[in-house]
Amino acid sequence: MDVEVTRLPGIGTKQEFTTASGRRLGVLTHRDGHRELLVSGRTDPDSCSASVGLTDAEGQALGTLLGAPNLVAQLQDQQAELEGIMTAQFPVGAGSPYDGRTLGDTAMRTRTSTSIVAVIRDHVVSPSPGPDFVFRAGDLVVLVGTGEGLGRAAAILEDG
Amino acid sequence: MHSSALPLIELGALFFGLGILGRLAGRLGISPVPLYLLGGLAFGSGGLLPLEGIEPFTTVASEVGVVLLLLLLGLEYSASDLVGGLRRSWAAGIVDMVLNAAPGAIAALLLGWGPLGALAMAGVTWVSSSGIVAKVLDELGRLGNRETPAVLSVLVIEDLAMALYLPITTAALTAIGLVAGLRTVGIAVALLIVALVVALRFGRFVSSVVESPSSEVFLLRVLGIALLVAGIASQLQVSAGVGAFLLGIAISEDTAENAARVLTPLRDLFAAVFFVVFGLNTDPAQVPAVLPAALVLAVVSTATKLGAGWFAARQIGVGPLGRWRAGAALVARGEFSIVIAGLALTTGAVDPGLAPLATTYVLLMAILGPVAARVVEPVHAGLTRRLRPAAS
Repeated sequence: MDVEVTRLPGIGTKQEFTTASGRRLGVLTHRDGHRELLVSGRTDPDSCSASVGLTDAEGQALGTLLGAPNLVAQLQDQQAELEGIMTAQFPVGAGSPYDGRTLGDTAMRTRTSTSIVAVIRDHVVSPSPGPDFVFRAGDLVVLVGTGEGLGRAAAILEDG
Repeated sequence: MHSSALPLIELGALFFGLGILGRLAGRLGISPVPLYLLGGLAFGSGGLLPLEGIEPFTTVASEVGVVLLLLLLGLEYSASDLVGGLRRSWAAGIVDMVLNAAPGAIAALLLGWGPLGALAMAGVTWVSSSGIVAKVLDELGRLGNRETPAVLSVLVIEDLAMALYLPITTAALTAIGLVAGLRTVGIAVALLIVALVVALRFGRFVSSVVESPSSEVFLLRVLGIALLVAGIASQLQVSAGVGAFLLGIAISEDTAENAARVLTPLRDLFAAVFFVVFGLNTDPAQVPAVLPAALVLAVVSTATKLGAGWFAARQIGVGPLGRWRAGAALVARGEFSIVIAGLALTTGAVDPGLAPLATTYVLLMAILGPVAARVVEPVHAGLTRRLRPAAS
């Protein structure tokens, strides 16, 4: 797959590629930094049937929607070679004791020997969150560890 | 009345009136330039209300308006944009020039304005309005279209060509003789090359001269250097606007963005004065006489622009509908046509009829251009539907 980069003088830069189904998909980055998602027309491939302005958060959210399922799958792939190590994601529920508390408060590694490798909030991935990271209800916590450790981690996130 | 009261009241009324016109233009979804011209026509010589006592200000302010218009245009483009556009699309640029300069030049010759009038009118019909075109493409959601790089390349080449066309025209109009004229053109070419080399290699140097963390200091430095360069360029007969345009190119990217941000409000103000002053100096009583010529020019130069855009888009492998879209997008003429006409008129070497013709023509084209860009798709669909049964 080739990503084609085109300079648009006075406007910005367009990056696009053609999908297997023959549609052009791309992102237009304006000079002031704001981005637009481009989708080519169905009947006229030269035209755009949609150009949608995206804020930074929206762009990240879209990227995660398309890329996040890959995150867990990729981690699982990487750990497939390690006997007994697994990846899982658990939600921080509305009633969780850690809603509003920090990652350090969970003492997750000490108590379960699992590592929190990422937190997904509003479809945005925060990779390698530090001990100061504050959880909120609705966060998805991505953990790596043994099956037994992961089971305990899920219980901790739920009941403390 | 106190001596400064009248000019202040006149200026205040003028700017407030322009504000109303600008808002009206926004409502109608058109460029404010034609309305500013109409505003100018309504006042001034032969108009409803002659404005007196503010000419010293408006004369200088309209000069500053041209300088800022071209400076901001130069700031829009980086040197690599210009060089890249030139390398990729020079053929489209030449086709565009030949097709679109011809209608103006031929019209001027038919009207008996001689070769100098032809040179000026060629510029008026040649150059598309990059302001209107970029705005229309954005509004219609066509920035991501495949023909858009071709459209933008044509605009870039036209603007770059102005850096040579304006000095040549100035030299010809002021009748400074062949040797002096060639020297002027030589200076222009040399300055263009210097500006491109500076921008590509020493952009940081230019930036460091104007850069300042204080936006006030930055504004004063940028504006000061722009006016200095414009003044020196004008003294060298290269035309003030070209000097400012080249300075804009030479200022490198980050600084250019900041400069564009602080200068845009000033550009809007002074450019508005420029368009009004052009309108002021045009006698509205002469408009009916040039209207037929302007209408014919509008029709012919719409067709030639369609052709130029069609060719430019075909060069980069765009399909039939996209080629027509490219042509229609380029139809609008605007600020540059008025800059050229204004330059020609200040020398006094061309027929004064050029002012009402250029005004009427730009009024028509600034309104026709966005309309053409909108209707090209339905028209194309209608035509192909009608032609297909006949062909089969």
